[in-house]
Amino acid sequence: MSVAAVGVPADVTSSFSLTLDDWSNPLIHALTSRRPVYYGTGAAERRRRPATPLEDVSFHVVPLGALEFAAEPFGLLLIAGPSPLPVQVSWLASVLGQKIDQILGLQALTDGDRGRARERALLHSIINAVTDPILLTDTEGRLLIANARALTLFTATEEESEGRRSAVRMNNMLLSSALSSKAIEETGAARRELLLVNPADGSDLLFELLSTVTQDARQGTGVVSILRNVSDLRRASEEIEENYRRLRVAEVQARAESDRLNLIIDSVADPIVVTDAGGATSLMNEPAERLFTIPARASATEQRWVQANDAHFSSFIAGMLVSADQRRVGEIALMDPHTGDAMPVEAIAGKVLSEHGELTAVVTILHDRREAIERGQLYEQLKQASDELERKVQAATADIAHQNELLRRQAIELEQASALKSQFLANMSHEFRTPLNAMLGYTSMLLQGVAGAVPMPVRRQLGRIESNGRHLLTIINEILDISRIEAGRMPLQISRFKVHDLLSEVKAELEPIILRSKLTVTTSVPRDLPPVSTDRQKVKQILLNLVSNALKFTHQGSITIQARQSRRDRTLTLSVADTGIGIAPADQDKIFEDFRQLDNSPTRAYGGTGLGLSICRRLAQMLNGRLAVESRLGKGSTFTLTLPPQGRK
Amino acid sequence: MLVVDDYADAREMYSEYLQFSGFDVVQAANGMEALERAVADHPDIILMDLSLPVMDGWEATRRLKADDRTANIPVVALTGHALAGISEGALRAGCDAFVTKPCLPEDLVREIRKVLDAPSDSTQKKSRRSGKHAKTNV
Repeated sequence: MSVAAVGVPADVTSSFSLTLDDWSNPLIHALTSRRPVYYGTGAAERRRRPATPLEDVSFHVVPLGALEFAAEPFGLLLIAGPSPLPVQVSWLASVLGQKIDQILGLQALTDGDRGRARERALLHSIINAVTDPILLTDTEGRLLIANARALTLFTATEEESEGRRSAVRMNNMLLSSALSSKAIEETGAARRELLLVNPADGSDLLFELLSTVTQDARQGTGVVSILRNVSDLRRASEEIEENYRRLRVAEVQARAESDRLNLIIDSVADPIVVTDAGGATSLMNEPAERLFTIPARASATEQRWVQANDAHFSSFIAGMLVSADQRRVGEIALMDPHTGDAMPVEAIAGKVLSEHGELTAVVTILHDRREAIERGQLYEQLKQASDELERKVQAATADIAHQNELLRRQAIELEQASALKSQFLANMSHEFRTPLNAMLGYTSMLLQGVAGAVPMPVRRQLGRIESNGRHLLTIINEILDISRIEAGRMPLQISRFKVHDLLSEVKAELEPIILRSKLTVTTSVPRDLPPVSTDRQKVKQILLNLVSNALKFTHQGSITIQARQSRRDRTLTLSVADTGIGIAPADQDKIFEDFRQLDNSPTRAYGGTGLGLSICRRLAQMLNGRLAVESRLGKGSTFTLTLPPQGRK
Repeated sequence: MLVVDDYADAREMYSEYLQFSGFDVVQAANGMEALERAVADHPDIILMDLSLPVMDGWEATRRLKADDRTANIPVVALTGHALAGISEGALRAGCDAFVTKPCLPEDLVREIRKVLDAPSDSTQKKSRRSGKHAKTNV
């Protein structure tokens, strides 16, 4: 509280002080009141008189009113009587108050300016220190305050390059459109993206724009904007997005890969076990599960087998984990958990390393060696057997070569012997025939009575000589035939003839025997049977033989000679069927053998050399045909000569 | 007729039977003799065994057929050899018929009569191959 006084000694005024907080002090009270207050000098009035620099005088306290710039109340102490103060005093007081306020205001203003300038410089340095552009614009978008970074974006001097200036113009346009009240209202949020041009190099700069509208009574409405450079952020975000996308793709691929891998692993028949770096099993395929997992309802023994397998395998993996080997091949003596059989397996383990070289897994493939071992043993046995065989074969081959040589020599000798035999037989038969010819001739002459009449008993005896001579002749002829066939000296004489004629001829030649036998002999030839082309003489010889046999072995009944041609393959069959004694099935092949009669006893009932059918079969073969028999013992036999298809030659 | 055979029993047997059957018979024991007899006696027919000493039946037949004096006498070949080719050779040599031994005398006579009854023209003789073993040309 200070005092300015007129008419009062300075020492009095300067020593006077008043505590403003002391509201009980009447002076303070009076100064803050609105109306002037009178303090008289009466005894009663003295008690409530405040202490003033004024002595025993009555005075009025005239407050100067509330002053804007005054921190303390101002008032006038006017020495005057108790009468009301003139109007002029109130007016003066109000004018004075205003003046004082003005003076105080001016003073305060200059003091504030200096402080504010300091603050402003500080603020500038602070906002300049911020690397993000900060700016204050008015509602028209005009730049009021901008920090250094903002200035480079939004201001350019005339000296600067055209490019830079146009970039700045562009930025200002972009900014003012972003800051237009409409834009702020529309977006609602004060946070937007703003793409500006870097005046330094023309590149794009992406900012995040944070703007706040400030309301100021004196300055009006403005917009504070902070721009945060998010170009890098966007790149980073794009990169992240791209990376994420790649990650997704990679994940899908990895999953597919993993699925495929699982499929592959499961489809492998050999057990595969994947163990992690700690030795714990992380994956195994089905065959491996059979070895290392205890099946449901396993017996105690089976459990022990599986556990033993597990222990053996773990020990192998442990060895692998501690070793520096990248790959290890070993044998593990496992057991087949289903049978308990020893199951030696070959284990091939490989370490799987991460790209940093850390061990991530061990993949082990087990291969059942049993089959290989078995195969090896088999192979060994086979090899031994094969070697043995080879030795034998070699020995045998040498032997065979030797035998072959012997055989070759024998064959030559045999051939020579056979040729000699054939020649011999041919000669012999000639030699036989010559005397036989004379014997038969003379017998015949005697029987004809060339030498005179012959008595009956002699005739009968001559008849015996003749029939035996004829038999001998037959034998000689048959031996001759065999030797001729064997020597290949019986050429074919193909001619074309009618079967009917041939059969008649055969029947005619055998007429005497037929008449003697009292059997019925019938021939049956289809009327439309075309002539056949073959060796007539040989067919005739066969038929003569077959019919002779039929007559010989048939005691009653009939003999049927039949010719037929197959419609299907045009083969010609000539059959001779009898109702004779027949041939047992077991004997039906023997009858075609050389010198074979079923009854070989010296006292046999039927004559003949036993060469007839043998010759017939050989002749049939010469004609590319075949001779077969069907027979039932006691019922009869049917001999059938089949000749190749006719009409082709 | 002329009967040529080196085997006396056969030659005489046939001769005896031929005489019994009414033929005049002269005999020869080999080919050479046969040629002589044929020229000398000029028989109506010759029965010729093929296996003969001195000169065999084939050669003798060829010579008979080459000689104008004997060319028209029919020759019936007679042999004990039944091997294929023999009859062929006999026919080639000029034989008119072929008979295989053993041959009963009565059969032989039948053959001989057959040859004699056929026309005696030499060009037709070729077609008069007859008898059991006559061969057709194949």
